[in-house]
Amino acid sequence: MKALAARRHDRRAPALLLLLALLLVGGAYAVLVPSSADAATTKTATADDVATGEKLFQANCATCHGASASGTASAPSLIGVGAAAVDFQVGTGRMPMQSDGPQAPSKPVVFDDEQISQLAAYVASLGVGPAIPTEDMVDPSKGDPANGMALFRTNCAMCHNAVGAGGALSQGKFAPNLWETTPTHIYEAMLTGPQSMPVFNDANLTPEEKRNIIAFIDEQGEVSPGGLDLGSIGPVSEGLWAWVVGLGLLIGISVWIGAKSS
Amino acid sequence: MSELKTPPSGGAKAAAATADYLDQRTGVGNAVKFFARKVFPDHWSFFLGEIALYSFVTLLISGVFLTLFFVPSMSEVTYPTEGVWATMRGVEMSEAFSSTLRLSFEVRGGLLMRQIHHWAALVFMAAIVVHMMRVFFTGAFRKPREINWVVGFVLLILGLAAGFSGYSLPDDVLSGNGLRITDGVIKAIPIIGSYMSYFVFGGEFPGHDLIPRLFTVHILLVPGLILALIGLHLFLMVMHKHTQYPGSGRKNTNVVGYPAVPVYAGKLLFNFFVVFGVIALMAGTMTINPVWNYGPYDPSPVSAGAQPDWYMLFLEGALRLMPGATEVMIGPYTLSLNVIIPAMIVPGILFTALAAYPFLEAFATGDKSEHHVLDRPRNRPFRTAFGVALLVAFFILVLAGSNDLIATHFHLSINDITWTFRVFLFLGPWIAFVVTKRICLGLQRKDRELVLHGHETGRIVRFASGEYIEVHKPLDAHERWLRVQHEAVRPLEIEPAEDSRGVRRKGYKADRMRQRLSQLFYEDRVEPVTPAEVAAAHGHDEHDEQHTAIEGHGQPAGVGASAHGAEPDGETAPDGRNS
Repeated sequence: MKALAARRHDRRAPALLLLLALLLVGGAYAVLVPSSADAATTKTATADDVATGEKLFQANCATCHGASASGTASAPSLIGVGAAAVDFQVGTGRMPMQSDGPQAPSKPVVFDDEQISQLAAYVASLGVGPAIPTEDMVDPSKGDPANGMALFRTNCAMCHNAVGAGGALSQGKFAPNLWETTPTHIYEAMLTGPQSMPVFNDANLTPEEKRNIIAFIDEQGEVSPGGLDLGSIGPVSEGLWAWVVGLGLLIGISVWIGAKSS
Repeated sequence: MSELKTPPSGGAKAAAATADYLDQRTGVGNAVKFFARKVFPDHWSFFLGEIALYSFVTLLISGVFLTLFFVPSMSEVTYPTEGVWATMRGVEMSEAFSSTLRLSFEVRGGLLMRQIHHWAALVFMAAIVVHMMRVFFTGAFRKPREINWVVGFVLLILGLAAGFSGYSLPDDVLSGNGLRITDGVIKAIPIIGSYMSYFVFGGEFPGHDLIPRLFTVHILLVPGLILALIGLHLFLMVMHKHTQYPGSGRKNTNVVGYPAVPVYAGKLLFNFFVVFGVIALMAGTMTINPVWNYGPYDPSPVSAGAQPDWYMLFLEGALRLMPGATEVMIGPYTLSLNVIIPAMIVPGILFTALAAYPFLEAFATGDKSEHHVLDRPRNRPFRTAFGVALLVAFFILVLAGSNDLIATHFHLSINDITWTFRVFLFLGPWIAFVVTKRICLGLQRKDRELVLHGHETGRIVRFASGEYIEVHKPLDAHERWLRVQHEAVRPLEIEPAEDSRGVRRKGYKADRMRQRLSQLFYEDRVEPVTPAEVAAAHGHDEHDEQHTAIEGHGQPAGVGASAHGAEPDGETAPDGRNS
């Protein structure tokens, strides 16, 4: 009886139970979580889209941008920003803005693709502005990454870091990491200059050059010949790891050798 | 005994013959005898310098490999259109950069060697710093080792020079940015600045001369000097004999440890393999200095997150903290205080403080005797606090050099970070100094308490009279010795300003200054327990003394206690070691 009781209280039991509980919760979450809408349909804007877009705008955006989208004290006018700006801001989750801060960070997207295109159609109907680029315009395989490298480091690297890992701007603003950004969004960002970013219109960077830049960014983060890339943020992280891993291991081993003797 | 005499094997015979051959011609036997019997004390912190040494050996080995493939030339080439790295195809670059790419991507094992070399450089500098911290905080720089401290300090500076010159060789954008800053710093030197810049770069920056020049500096000049100074450093170490941590049986006149052969010879080899192994492990798994990300140097682009290697980061930090408005115009001339102060004066102060400290302390202590037993950091509160303050200043500058990464990773405003560091660069070292000093003094008081009253046992005893006491277990002789062995350094006493006849004494002012310095160092102190105090504690404070309390209540226990403050010669330590 005693032996049985002892076995029942194996000291590994809590850890095992915890593991099982975690597995159960994780599995349940994976099953129950609402799946994201993946119906990517591209179609031309109809009058219907504009009307639905306006309704969406009135419900979600007008509080800050004004009922006629002409801007208020807290948000800019959207007349003439074009479909590209809407597709970028809403498509990366930056809009609707979560809170007033130094800048709107990208976050989980609120609208589905259809709603975004309806919103874009509405804003595009307000005034002439840059349109959403076609698949062909942003196809990285059609660009020249070497030319993109040269363009990137003269135009982009001072904020976005040499390979687009991101960097700091003044007063809490920042240039985000570009590795997870879709080619279309990168193109739209160059075209519309969201937030602190300057506009690179087609006279600054031709559509072909924009595609080259996209090709360069596409090359990043896929292959790292030297092993772990340590965030690709340069010598600071290298120094940190030299201390943590290098000196950490060496001092640890020294203590171990030292402890073995006297 | 005769059965033990077996004829020596053939191998042993050959070895003996070879040794004899060498000994008769070179006298190597004496050296072997000397080193085999040389005793080294044992402590893990004595390996730190070795880590630096072995990283340097690793640097030499991997560096030789790199020179076989690297071309230190600024002549222009075009990266082949079918080259390995897509983002460089057809790009114009210097031969230095293209040979670095070839070395990384096309030479078998080339990238591993490059990464071994660079990681070894980072570990080399880190090990030097940690080794220096050990030497500083334990007072190993005291007489007779002041010269060796200076040699070590010069090695640190040479390490910086080696790192800097090597970092710039691949001619990529990031290192080129570093050179541009160097150029700016050189040009900021009043009057001769622009001439110096032209001299260093062989014309207007960047020019074609610098990479070949840096190559010579990096593979010949600096390593040669480092090698020579390492020789001197080790020679002095052997000559002075190694310092040892305080403990029973360890005096300024002896060295307690193990003989070099076989104990340390084995450990030395093992340590080398450990250091090389750790560096190779890092190089095999973690990217360092991916020059293909930065591209060939071109003076126009500067990317975000452009920083030097960690050991130069404090200079970058100083430059980032300095307000730009401090540039002043004197007539038609510009005095770039915004560069001179952070890039020359700040490191000047840090390095001078580091190099001169042993001499400053010797002056303030007025001590001319030799020291071979190390200090426990707590027993020298001023020194420990000074060292921590210096490290804090350095660390704040390093953080300031990484301010943009702190901003992005912690979602802070870079402007706020910069202002915080500006304030803390001045406040931090003072706070660190005061806090460290108080901690040291507190630890010394704790030591006193322990020696006088012993360990708390948690046992409460009630006497027949109803009185309760807590039983304290007295320290054994070894524990006690560790806590009382140091000498209490008191501020210098000087002769009065006037003699008995009221005549003013020459040199009084200088003496008074020295005394002030000495007071700064040693005014606040906790005296170690004297034998008399131990005796008194045992005699009167009977409640805290187990033996007197239980075995001999009221009996004078001071007898023989005077020896408690003395060295426990001949006693066996608790761990069975008889030193």
